[in-house]
Amino acid sequence: MQNPAPHRSPSDDGGASTSTGLGARLLVGLLLPILMVGCADEYPQSSINPHTDFAEVIHSLYVSIFWWTMLIMAVVWILLAWVLVKYRRKSEDEQPRQIRGHLGMEIAWTVGPALIVIAIAIPTIQAVFATQRPVSDDAMVVEVTGHQFWWEFHYPEQGITTANELWLPVDRPVNLRLASNDVIHSFWVPKLGGKRDLNPVPAVREGQDPKYNWLYFTPQQTGVYMGQCAEFCGQSHALMAMRVIVESDEGFDDWVDRWFASEGAAAPEVQEEAEDEAELQMAGVVQEEEGTGVQVAEDEDPLVAMGRDAFLNATCIACHAVEGTSAQGIIAPNLTLFGARKTLGAGIMENNQENLVRWIIDPQGIKAAAAMPGTDYAGGNWPATGLSDEEVGAIAAYLLSLK
Amino acid sequence: MSSVGTVVPDTHETSHEEDTGLWSWITTVDHKRIAIMYFVTATVFFFIAGLKALAIRVQLMFPEQSLITPEVYNQFFTMHGTTMIFLVAMPMAVAFFNYVVPLQIGARDVAFPRLNALSYWIFLFGGVYLNSSFLFGMAPHASWVGYATLTMPEFSPGQNTNFWLIGLSILGVASIAGGVNFITTIINMRAPGMKLMRMPLFTWMTFVTSFLLITAIPVIGVALIYLGFDRIFGTVFFQPAGGGDPVLWQHLFWIFGHPEVYILILPAFGVISDVIPTFSKKPLFGYPIVVYAGLLIGFIGWGVWSHHMFTVGLGPIADSFFVAATMIIAIPTGVKIFNWIATMWGGSLKFTTAMLFSVGLVAVFTVGGLSGIMHASAPVNLQQHDSYFVVAHFHYVIVGGAMMGLWAGLYYWFPKVRGRFLDETLGKWHFWTTMIGFNLTFFPMHFAGLFGMPRRIYTYSADLNVDIYNQLSTVGAFIFGISAIIMAWNLVKSWRSGEKASANPWGAPHLEWSIPSPPHHYNFPGIPEVQSREPLWNKGEREAILAVTMEEPESEPVMPNPSYWPILLAASITLAWVLVMTGTWWIIALGILPVIFCVFKWGMEPAFPEHH
Repeated sequence: MQNPAPHRSPSDDGGASTSTGLGARLLVGLLLPILMVGCADEYPQSSINPHTDFAEVIHSLYVSIFWWTMLIMAVVWILLAWVLVKYRRKSEDEQPRQIRGHLGMEIAWTVGPALIVIAIAIPTIQAVFATQRPVSDDAMVVEVTGHQFWWEFHYPEQGITTANELWLPVDRPVNLRLASNDVIHSFWVPKLGGKRDLNPVPAVREGQDPKYNWLYFTPQQTGVYMGQCAEFCGQSHALMAMRVIVESDEGFDDWVDRWFASEGAAAPEVQEEAEDEAELQMAGVVQEEEGTGVQVAEDEDPLVAMGRDAFLNATCIACHAVEGTSAQGIIAPNLTLFGARKTLGAGIMENNQENLVRWIIDPQGIKAAAAMPGTDYAGGNWPATGLSDEEVGAIAAYLLSLK
Repeated sequence: MSSVGTVVPDTHETSHEEDTGLWSWITTVDHKRIAIMYFVTATVFFFIAGLKALAIRVQLMFPEQSLITPEVYNQFFTMHGTTMIFLVAMPMAVAFFNYVVPLQIGARDVAFPRLNALSYWIFLFGGVYLNSSFLFGMAPHASWVGYATLTMPEFSPGQNTNFWLIGLSILGVASIAGGVNFITTIINMRAPGMKLMRMPLFTWMTFVTSFLLITAIPVIGVALIYLGFDRIFGTVFFQPAGGGDPVLWQHLFWIFGHPEVYILILPAFGVISDVIPTFSKKPLFGYPIVVYAGLLIGFIGWGVWSHHMFTVGLGPIADSFFVAATMIIAIPTGVKIFNWIATMWGGSLKFTTAMLFSVGLVAVFTVGGLSGIMHASAPVNLQQHDSYFVVAHFHYVIVGGAMMGLWAGLYYWFPKVRGRFLDETLGKWHFWTTMIGFNLTFFPMHFAGLFGMPRRIYTYSADLNVDIYNQLSTVGAFIFGISAIIMAWNLVKSWRSGEKASANPWGAPHLEWSIPSPPHHYNFPGIPEVQSREPLWNKGEREAILAVTMEEPESEPVMPNPSYWPILLAASITLAWVLVMTGTWWIIALGILPVIFCVFKWGMEPAFPEHH
């Protein structure tokens, strides 16, 4: 080692090849297993664990491109490491041969990568076309509307408008029509496929068709899939999540049936009787609120009845709707079958009594810039709800009873 | 530039007795001093934006944390990106353009020295204005891409977004003026015999970058003016309710934004294309190919913008076009990589810090290039876009590419600037902490992204199971932060007491190494004649050149006058823009008056000492 450089030569070579070695180890150690293991359910929002035809197309494309890029990286890094080790300066007097270029090599490393690029581009463009057309005529259409910071799902076929949890039947093609009500959002449920933006739709002249974005896919496996907004949409962009519930045909039909059966027919009659009962029991029940939450009685829980009353008489109904009641607001999430939802506040927390009470009291404390007013402060264009703790507890119990 | 009031063209004494007082810096039109001011200012902004990055990393270290509020978080990441791009990476490259290009082409200054000073002062004022938004608690918060309709007044009330759009408009003036200046300089002021195809690669890449600047910046200028009108005067360019289209903003932004990527990366490519041959003792392999590849990247860079917009829903035909264009641009980039490796092949490699950063760039930038190929594939992009995978990708390109290249240039040219070396031991520490910190920060982000973590989120659900990747990133970010402190310490220490450097301490081939370190304020006593691409490596040519460049001149060359009009004009241009915030037409109109006055006085001022 007669290297006159101001530092030890081994550290150079070692260094340069360490960077290669480290990277290679990271790659082999992490990336490859992940391609296989990523399929485990450890990562509920994994983009490399496809569960639809659409996601499948993307994933197989990704895997093939991944290997092409690994090939290129291996070539570059091995060449580089070789050069750095082999040609390090051994003596200051070295006078290397002055080579200015080589046409053949230039052609080789232009044509070589060009061929790889073509090998990537052809299946890519095929996939571009394959994934951007409706797959079938009997697809179910769902109109997805993005709001700051929640999702609205409208099923024209079923006449259902729900929020934040999208129910889909397995194996039936679905066409999502995407639009936004305010800023740009992006629908991304990685296991179901790639994302697509929800753009505010520009106003058009009479006779022109407004332009919507679409996503086409067929869920292949039942389950609950996590997704979230992927286009920065303001203060609580991070808290704009959703769940997609892929159910069997029966499960989906059952959900649709329950949707219309939930309050509409049965509840109003019960309501009358229940309310008196509720008044009587109010004090006692309210004390229980701190504890484990609502106890669902065989008949109707008086707390639930009280909650319904409070809900329908509060400003809640200016924005929220519950199927079959006088609550028919359309600017906030539809709360029909709310109790069947797994999450609350657009997929950000478990849907239970405790969280729901917190949410009703102080939505903006949980989710900045939420448009919903709290019990003590205004929100959106609405004044504080002014609900008492008792009323909040009862409303939470009522909403959770909607299953 | 020479000192205030002491430009005495006919004396031959005191050529090094330059005035160094504050006023001499304020009025300087010397490209070398302007370069130093650019570099120092950009480095200060680098630390400011770096601190924001650390705050972001601390907030994301664990899921569901709320150390900083969502609003502040959004301001931080918006200003981190905006600052790093417009106030760090670009002006730091411009610092090198300024210092190195005139020296490399054998010129005594740039074509328009006062315009050059104007560019600097506008950059400084624009940067300060943009950052002053934090003092009012109104920092921009709509991300560095500022997508409509999030920037519309109903979703971004207050002055936050006005700070952003006006700040960037101010900075754009500086960039366009700089581009014009360097194009003119490189076309007109080369030494005799320096044909285009004999120019050092750094000058070549400056040339290409300058064209990108004067063509790309006006596009964002237009977009920002539309945005300003929408926000301040109620037009509907991007307002869907009025028939405007938010997607128009994205097109305009990325028609600027993608060439901008090459504005950032090409200077770095230029730097290492000069550094690698020097420390390999071999000329650049395939010089014309590397030049053409750079030109090609510059051209094709105009046709790829919508690969930032694959999720927007432009339809399969548009998507396919941009897939193809984007894939094509990978080819000249790859060609460059292979030519650098071939330059080292058979060479005699000396691993100075400058060389380490250059080699580091080749190794690390490749990762960013390849992840770029992944999301150049539109369907794959639908999974990776706006996820942390993309955050990993562009940091590999901008830090691993642009910044590593500039740091290589810093260690390479510092001896020329100061006549002293940067400390090589600290340099090695800087390099290795950078490599470790950088890779530890950004490599795990690939996984966070693949596992579904979107970007621009102030927190993430514990359910995603991406904590470990975020923790690695946070640790890496602090190591990276340490590397920046080492660099700063090295700069301060070596500026004061670094080891003395000769005129050509690296045995480099280009003209900037033919003059003393540091150079005379007039650079070249006489203008040398160039006969080849590596003039100082050719016996005979070298001696002929040094005979001219190392001589004390009989009479000192006449240099332009110092002037305070650049700083005053820059201040008045900044003021005129800031007054737009009032939204009152007559105040805005009045704001133009000082600009006219300064332009007039500037025009009346003689550029050179009159008695010559």
